[in-house]
Amino acid sequence: MNKRTREPLIHITKRGELRWYQAWAIRGGAILLALIFAGVITTLLTGENPVRVYAAIWKGSFGSTRKLWVLGQNIAILLCVALAVTPAFRMRCWNLGGDGQMLAGGLATAACMILLGDKIPNALLICLMIVTSIIAGAIWAFIPAFFKARFNTNETLFTLMMNYIAIQLVAYFIVVWEVPKGAGQIGIINQSTNAGWLPQIGPSKYLLNMIVVALLTVAMYLYLNYSKHGYEIAVVGESERTARYVGIKVDRVIIRTMLLSGAICGLAGMLLVGGTDHTLTTTITGSRGFTAVMVSWLGKFNPVWMIFTSFLLVFLGKGGSEIATNFGLSSSFGDILTGIILFFIIGSEFFITYRINFRKAAEKED
Amino acid sequence: MDNKTPAVKMRNITKRFGPVVANDKVWLDIYRGEILALLGENGSGKTTLMNMLSGIYFPDEGTISIDGKDVVIRSPKDAFDLGIGMIHQHFKLVDVLTAAENIVLGLPGKLDLKTASKKIREICDAYGFEVDPDQKIYDMSVSQKQTVEIVKVLYRGADILILDEPTAVLTPQETDKLFAVLRNMRNDGKAIVIITHKMHEVEALSDRVAILRHGQFIGDMPTARTNAQEMTNMMVGHAVTLNIDRPEPVNPKPRIEVKGLTVRNIEGIVKLDDVSFTANSGEILGIAGISGCGQKELLEAIAGLQPVESGSISYIEDDGRREELLGKDPLAIAEMGVALSFVPEDRLGMGLVGNMDLSDNMMLRSFRRGHGLFTDRRSPKKLAETVVQELEVSTPSVSTPVRRLSGGNVQKVLVGREIANAPTVLLTAYAVRGLDINSSYTIYDLINRQKAAGVAVIYVGEDLDVLLELADRILVLCGGKVSGIVPGRGAKKREVGMMMTKLGGAKDE
Repeated sequence: MNKRTREPLIHITKRGELRWYQAWAIRGGAILLALIFAGVITTLLTGENPVRVYAAIWKGSFGSTRKLWVLGQNIAILLCVALAVTPAFRMRCWNLGGDGQMLAGGLATAACMILLGDKIPNALLICLMIVTSIIAGAIWAFIPAFFKARFNTNETLFTLMMNYIAIQLVAYFIVVWEVPKGAGQIGIINQSTNAGWLPQIGPSKYLLNMIVVALLTVAMYLYLNYSKHGYEIAVVGESERTARYVGIKVDRVIIRTMLLSGAICGLAGMLLVGGTDHTLTTTITGSRGFTAVMVSWLGKFNPVWMIFTSFLLVFLGKGGSEIATNFGLSSSFGDILTGIILFFIIGSEFFITYRINFRKAAEKED
Repeated sequence: MDNKTPAVKMRNITKRFGPVVANDKVWLDIYRGEILALLGENGSGKTTLMNMLSGIYFPDEGTISIDGKDVVIRSPKDAFDLGIGMIHQHFKLVDVLTAAENIVLGLPGKLDLKTASKKIREICDAYGFEVDPDQKIYDMSVSQKQTVEIVKVLYRGADILILDEPTAVLTPQETDKLFAVLRNMRNDGKAIVIITHKMHEVEALSDRVAILRHGQFIGDMPTARTNAQEMTNMMVGHAVTLNIDRPEPVNPKPRIEVKGLTVRNIEGIVKLDDVSFTANSGEILGIAGISGCGQKELLEAIAGLQPVESGSISYIEDDGRREELLGKDPLAIAEMGVALSFVPEDRLGMGLVGNMDLSDNMMLRSFRRGHGLFTDRRSPKKLAETVVQELEVSTPSVSTPVRRLSGGNVQKVLVGREIANAPTVLLTAYAVRGLDINSSYTIYDLINRQKAAGVAVIYVGEDLDVLLELADRILVLCGGKVSGIVPGRGAKKREVGMMMTKLGGAKDE
């Protein structure tokens, strides 16, 4: 047999530790490549000038003061939900019930606003909204957590199913509270009295939410990285056997962490209903419970990095709808671009961990 | 032997993992009709080198030639086609299939179990294996599984065999049997490479030794012309003494009293059956037994990690007060003021968190200390630095994840943390498994120092030679029962080996 013996064309080896700026250079390169690739796709499919499309994407978030505030608000709520699911994720407990827990919180808020609207002082009402929404979200997370801790059920499926229950529950109460009868929607709650509306700080009604979430980000960062609870969460996530070995009560940590997760989701629901939307619909969460999963993963479960990843996802989403309206494209086109960019970003992690070696050119000759 | 041409020639083999050079321009020749022992400390690159030969890794530089022809081994399949087969430390068998099914698994062509069984029997007869082709894997002992792995490799036509620490899981009797088979295969003209840490096995079995140190090839020589001391010095790079101290226990007092302990595992199988013994302070109680004979359950029961069916475990204070440990979890035991340290068998899955760095792993025992919400990060860091310095842990820094350290260094970190608690009881399971000579002696020394400090040490070991040298008393387990307790001084290896396989040992023979 006269087969030439050759090194394989490519082989993959593991890299050593990269410096942080090298890793970020790879990520930045990936985003750049993604933009070029997405531009080519845009031109091929629609015939539009990609530079104009990118300009439109930019305008979608930064086009006007109002758009800027909306951007901030969207980042705040998305980041809030992402902060909520992160402690559970660090524990390797996949809480996909962010939507349901937000809805539970939103439902509790709406109930307070509608039922107690003008009956108690506004300050007390808002306190009550905060407390009940947190409790409602926590209950929604406690149920799957209890079953996981007790019977080792799968929290992914369980929390997903809790989402549907929450949606149906909200749908039911929308019919109970609909205004006017038969409208199938609640409309703006307490429009005349503004009872239970969170106070506006500064120039925009969105500022309060942004401040709350900023504080929460700092608190969550400290909690996860420096507190005893945060340490327990990390140990349970890495190895339950190690946790038991050092006397950590794994069941208790699972339930405690999920309660926290649900409570913050409930709070996010309250911020949406009481702070900005002043209404309740079954789609009020905008699937943020799922987008938050992506935010958390892309940010490597680090609250500070998650500020950037939530910005990225909101920015891409806004840009997508902007080009859809500007160029008369289907709104799915924005999703395609988002998908391309995310694919490149996630793919770049491979190149951060591994190096691809090509066969050396010199060896080809002999 | 010197005139033969080598079956395998490895030249200038280099392999890097990131910044770590696992193999640095290694030369190695493997001959047919010869058993080569590949020696080296942990992290010296033995397994990496063999993995390149068997197609799991691809070398960054260097050439490999088989029977004088240059070859490229891109995958395990390439290796098989060249007649190279490797038996790994961790078996790769499907439990619910029979031996024959496992052996033909993945082979091309029609599935013909009858012919396969016949061929398997022929292989077994030729070399003296004892395998029933129709037996299910889950019914087999560890040594039977290993035999299936070897037969699997032979069945595929391998005539260059690599065994990675094959005796780590075997009893002395099983080891003898394995060695007999390996000698038969050598006499049949096969090339055999065995990776091991046990010097007496190297001397008993191999024809030639090759030594690696820090990824570099140090030298090779016929086994007959060298000795354990010289080989060890070459491996380590400087002279070491090969004696384990065994000072007389000072003022031993009962510390842990186990009575009638019976444990069932989750499947309801009895793992410990009416076990009773006393462990004294200032003494090392060795526990011998075939792996899976209840050693793990015994230690975990004492540590508060294993639910127990019946019996009692008492902790006896210096003043004679007794405290029951049963039914308490590790936290409750610690809160009672019992300083109990446990070095478990599964270092990275139980004793440590692989993805956390050294300091954070030190915190596992201490993170609850102090009031307030936040953890104290400074003292664990200091402890990590002390352990690194005193136990000579080789690590880039205390903020390196422990999974990146080599086996010996991982164990030093774990043992270092456990003895930092100033324990009165120290439980260790396979404390030197997979460790090289140098690290092993460091660990023996640490354990002996604990003994001198009055700690009651319970040492579960697999290397009988070490147990016989180290332990003051040896408790032999056989199938979850106490087969006997013998004094360590003067105990015979053969006797203890018999007690491991048969309750009370055999009176005749």
